Amino acid sequence: MSLYTPAASGADARRAVLSTSGRSKEQTPQSVLFIVLLWLSLLIGFVTLAVLLVDTFADGLSRLDGRLFTGYPSSRAEEAGARPAILGSLWVVGTTAVLAVPLGVAAAVHLEEFADRKRWWNRLVEINISNLSAVPAIIYGMLALGALALIGVQQKNIVIGGAIALAMLILPVIIISTREAVRAVPRELRDGSLAIGATPLQTTWRITLPAALPGIATGTILGLSRALGEAAPLLLLGGLVFLRFDPNGMLSQFTTMPIQIFSWTAQPQAEFHTLAAGASMLLMALVLLMNGAAIYIRNRYQKRW
Amino acid sequence: MPEPMPQVRDAIEIELEHHQQATRDVPDRPERAVLEVDNVNVYYGDYLAVRNVSVDFGHNEITALIGPSGCGKSTILRSLNRMNDLIVGARVEGPIRYWGQDMYAPGIDPIEVRRRIGMVFQKPNPFPKSIYDNIAYGPRVTGMSVASMDDHVEQALTKAALWDEVKDKLKQSAYGLSGGQQQRLCIARTIAVQPDVILMDEPCASLDPIATLRIEELMAELRDQYTIIIVTHNMQQAARVADRTAFFTAAIDPDTGERHGELVEYDKTTKIFESPADSRTEGYISGRFG
Repeated sequence: MSLYTPAASGADARRAVLSTSGRSKEQTPQSVLFIVLLWLSLLIGFVTLAVLLVDTFADGLSRLDGRLFTGYPSSRAEEAGARPAILGSLWVVGTTAVLAVPLGVAAAVHLEEFADRKRWWNRLVEINISNLSAVPAIIYGMLALGALALIGVQQKNIVIGGAIALAMLILPVIIISTREAVRAVPRELRDGSLAIGATPLQTTWRITLPAALPGIATGTILGLSRALGEAAPLLLLGGLVFLRFDPNGMLSQFTTMPIQIFSWTAQPQAEFHTLAAGASMLLMALVLLMNGAAIYIRNRYQKRW
Repeated sequence: MPEPMPQVRDAIEIELEHHQQATRDVPDRPERAVLEVDNVNVYYGDYLAVRNVSVDFGHNEITALIGPSGCGKSTILRSLNRMNDLIVGARVEGPIRYWGQDMYAPGIDPIEVRRRIGMVFQKPNPFPKSIYDNIAYGPRVTGMSVASMDDHVEQALTKAALWDEVKDKLKQSAYGLSGGQQQRLCIARTIAVQPDVILMDEPCASLDPIATLRIEELMAELRDQYTIIIVTHNMQQAARVADRTAFFTAAIDPDTGERHGELVEYDKTTKIFESPADSRTEGYISGRFG
């Protein structure tokens, strides 16, 4: 078959080349069915989430009040609040950040900028970081437990112990996202710096890291918001306690919001379930806020090279 | 006949002026060699990328490296300030002497080599910082003692013919500048650490013709104080700006079947373009290959 050319077709030169029958191959039954299935999957996921949110909100609204923030746990549901748990969460997540961020960023920078890929140990570390992010959270709790026992700490339920477990849990998230952010900084910027006599270390500190900062911040916040919602490793460390004081330091006993929610849902009285729903709303709001901040930072400071 | 647009007329005038500058008299051989490349081979891993290159780069001269893609001209350029050290597996064999001293000798710090022999890249690569900080970066990281950083920045920008365009927005991001301005900023950034030699790797490849002519004009102005070595794909550019031209090509080794870059001919630019000694040079210049 030869190509259609106006010259070859003589008098027919002005005939339309494109079919005008109006039927598009984009609308075959199979493709319509496929789109419907996609929408259905999306709907199931979305509706489930929405129902869960609305239900929790309806349950917990009556206890999403001032007492939730100021009250201490109590055997009387109407007096109980999550004050120690909220403060405990802040203490633990804050300490986690202090432990995990410098470690994670430094590890990522080493792997991305300085490590020699030809060395087997560097490749081993690289492979295992991806594996670590798939390790169940409770294992990190056991690891922290072991670490505390090793240095002879008797009291396991302390802020620093929980922070160690959570820091190990989110280290892979921070390392992986930092590596991606560092890798996205174009080679040309480093070359430009090195070509005027800067050392590789100066180049990393003054050019590469500042340019990668938005990506690092995004990954870090996502990691910390995961730590905020985590209960399993802390339960293992004995975080399920009845505290009537505010945690006040690294060595202080603590409980956190997810654990408080867990303990309230285990109570037989319905009032405690309402309380749990209220605290869940608060926890969810915090996590959403952090994830929102991460998305905002990513979009606001994203650089197009 | 209508008047040509002012911008176009400017460009033509600049080009004519350049041509006069480019045809200045230079001795047959460089009198004082800043850089001597002496029988140098460059490898990437096991692959011999460029073989047996010998060339002396003259002080306060502009030398152009031309040739088809893959002929090794950029490889040689990157070897001249040890930027090739940063590529895993890259290896330079044979001495490259800077004022008589082998820069690849043990104990030589590549950081110091790069401070003296700066480099401007194909794509303008200003740092994501202010215009001022782009210039001040070099002096700061190299620990240069400058009496006044403000004056130092002004001098560098003035030498790069950029001061008048940016003096009111020094604190603004360098990314707000046009491509040509960004490239002149990169030249100013290089000048700010007071190098001796400036290497340029196709500095005008991403610029429009007007911006290109401004860079060429700038090169002619900088020649009195710096030695400039430029890789270019644009033969007219080599003819316009360079005192000397080195023509590279890729040759296939009959024994191994591998392609290696090699230096074909190195001479005064007028000689290369008017009466080249090698038929391959003539073929390339006249557009028969490459």
